[in-house]
Amino acid sequence: MNIRRTLLLAALLGTSAMAAQAQTLRIGLESDPDALDPDKSRTFVGRIVFTALCDKLIDVTPDLKLVPQLATEWSVSEDGKTVDMTLREGVVFHDGTPFDGEAVKANIERSQTLEDSVRKSEVSSITEVEVVDPTHVRLRLSAPDAPLLAQLADRSGMMMSPAAFDDDFSAQPVCSGPFKFKNRVAQDKIELEKFADYWNADQIKVDAVSYLPIPDSTVRLANLQSGDLDLINRLAATDVEAVKSAGNLKYERADGLGYQGITFNTNNGAKADNPFGQDPKLRQALSLAIDRNAINQVVFAGLNAPASQFVPAVSPFFDPAYPVPERDVEKAKALLAEAGIEGGIDLELQFPNRPESQQVVQMIQAMAAEAGINITLTAKEFATMLADQAAGDFQASQVGWSGRIDPDGNIYGFVTTGGGFNDGKYSNPEIDRILGEARAVSDEAARKDLYKQANQILQTDLPLFYLYNEAWLYGVSDKVAGFTPSPDGMIRLEGVSLSE
Amino acid sequence: MLTYLARRVMIAIPTLILISIFVFALQKMLPGDPVLALAGDDRDPETLARLRELYHLNDPIWMQYLQWVKNALQGDLGRSIRTGLPVSDMIAQKLPVTIQLAVMSMIFAAAIGIPAGIISAVKKGTITDYAANVIALSGLSIPNFWLGIMLILLVSVKWRLLPASGYVPLSEDPVQSIRTMLMPAFVLGTALAASLMRHTRSAMLGVLRQDYVRTARAKGLAERRVIMHHAFRNALTPVVTLMALLFGELIAGAVLTEQIFTIPGFGKMVVDAVFNRDYAVVQAVVLVTALGFILMNLLADLAYVALNPRLRTG
Repeated sequence: MNIRRTLLLAALLGTSAMAAQAQTLRIGLESDPDALDPDKSRTFVGRIVFTALCDKLIDVTPDLKLVPQLATEWSVSEDGKTVDMTLREGVVFHDGTPFDGEAVKANIERSQTLEDSVRKSEVSSITEVEVVDPTHVRLRLSAPDAPLLAQLADRSGMMMSPAAFDDDFSAQPVCSGPFKFKNRVAQDKIELEKFADYWNADQIKVDAVSYLPIPDSTVRLANLQSGDLDLINRLAATDVEAVKSAGNLKYERADGLGYQGITFNTNNGAKADNPFGQDPKLRQALSLAIDRNAINQVVFAGLNAPASQFVPAVSPFFDPAYPVPERDVEKAKALLAEAGIEGGIDLELQFPNRPESQQVVQMIQAMAAEAGINITLTAKEFATMLADQAAGDFQASQVGWSGRIDPDGNIYGFVTTGGGFNDGKYSNPEIDRILGEARAVSDEAARKDLYKQANQILQTDLPLFYLYNEAWLYGVSDKVAGFTPSPDGMIRLEGVSLSE
Repeated sequence: MLTYLARRVMIAIPTLILISIFVFALQKMLPGDPVLALAGDDRDPETLARLRELYHLNDPIWMQYLQWVKNALQGDLGRSIRTGLPVSDMIAQKLPVTIQLAVMSMIFAAAIGIPAGIISAVKKGTITDYAANVIALSGLSIPNFWLGIMLILLVSVKWRLLPASGYVPLSEDPVQSIRTMLMPAFVLGTALAASLMRHTRSAMLGVLRQDYVRTARAKGLAERRVIMHHAFRNALTPVVTLMALLFGELIAGAVLTEQIFTIPGFGKMVVDAVFNRDYAVVQAVVLVTALGFILMNLLADLAYVALNPRLRTG
């Protein structure tokens, strides 16, 4: 009897001690997110916070398959113009509002109509959201839209509580994700706490999560080493050895969807009128003069993946016919000779003033010189560089893209006529047709074939070429268990636990 | 005294207006705009055009400026284009942080710089004087970011004595709050201590040569009393001016130190805002900083009066 009582007391004390010690997972990010409103958000780090805060209709697996989150199933009609979705039952928003078909309708309409929504173009194909019943919705589309499902697996598919829709949503965001908003101090921290009524609450093992923006990667690492952070995003490649050799830290890595490359001005204003802008042979020559593996080894300790096309090797749309080109200086020289270039040629290359970019372009400069291409480098602050790029004030630009799950998001806007990211104003009716068609068919095999055709043309034309796919590198305290990195770079907290 | 105060305040108004015009114009001279600066992920031209329209970025600059002035006069400092949060809230969050850091840094600076200055003046030409000079100069010469990172690596990573970075509000946990601020305040304080020490030393040297000091010594007063009561008090005026100016600079934010220790103060906010072309935030921070400077100068002037009885009448 006495023993039982002691045990009971011990158990009670144990639980109360545990309850008193709320477990907070502290994550170091590389910058401060922008507005915490999925319809207004434009930053990558913002998406990381939303992963904990706002569930989406659809989620993505590490091998880039679309899987249920708030929608349990979906089907696209034969003509591609209707999407039927079944919604998860028993889901509530953080403010207690139930999640149902009406909420889906309200959310998509908000993305389409909110004055400063940046999601409009992502959901523009939806003409009507029909609420069949509380757990079924039907999206009617103006035309087939293959990338739409991938958009619904990102910010366009994030569901906010309709009761919280107003101008100040970003100050007090209310969604239905595993964690609810607690507090934000700009440039300092974003604090979330576990949402007890989450539909998948069993999978959530920590009581709270804080995101701390720390721009300097050395300082981010120091915070991890000192135990002030549990997980850091964007570990510098050069710091991986330090993490590996520290006894109490782990390092995690995933191939990313994003790339870095070189974009040429082929058609944007007077500056396009240069040999590299006009002759694809010169662009091919530069691409061949570059040793992508060497760049990866020297600047990134071999941790990124050298790249040759607009999707990374992990994507089902990767075309094995175009592996990473080997460096071939002789062939590069031959191409220059074919183009009638004698005694070297000049090229201006602009790049963002970040240490890693600088190292990359300096290596390119040295390698290109061996082939007879004299590169002049200009470092620019990022916003200035983008402004110059859009204005056509460049010959070539070292620029990248954070990457999307659907191949369309990595190529369409960059090479189609009038595309939003097509700063070189490359224009090829054949490419416009193929990539337009690839948007409209939903059969994966047919899409693969179309992207293959596009790739064939682009590999010869080279309006832009690729250098490497960025890997996501994380430093993780050994107190953290269950963290799986993902190609989309999101930090998913299902199954992540923290031991004392 | 009151008319003096009123005159000072009147002078402050055109200063503030000029500063705000100057900063507004400078920002507009930067290439790019907030819509583009945020566009790393989304550069859809239609979206960019719509946002520019929405934020009135296509209006003539003078119209944008007048709009800002009109709202500011009504107490509305606008919203951050990046975070969508009201700028006044952001300032209210950061001002206490910056003031706390400034006060703690000033304490370090004064505690190191003033005694070192007095000692090296009194012991002029001796080894103590040289040693103090070397220490002061190294405080000036060592870059803040380097000292900061070294301190983090030593104190936080190796010895685990203090948190590496971050910030806890004073109201939430005073002890932890002071602990997080100790290293950044020390880094800032050592840099300021050097100039305080140099100024204290030269002011003291000047005063120590004065007749009344000789008189005090001749009266047979203890040397300690001569130095502290007769010499130091009179040497304080330039030191107080310098402290007020340094404090004003601290209010403007210590960019690198805040960045390294991730302290959410003005410096970090204004740098991020410039990179993001977040005009409203930059304008507001500059305005508050300018006000801080003016206030500090005013306090310094009042302190002269308190220190120097000759100024009290007239």
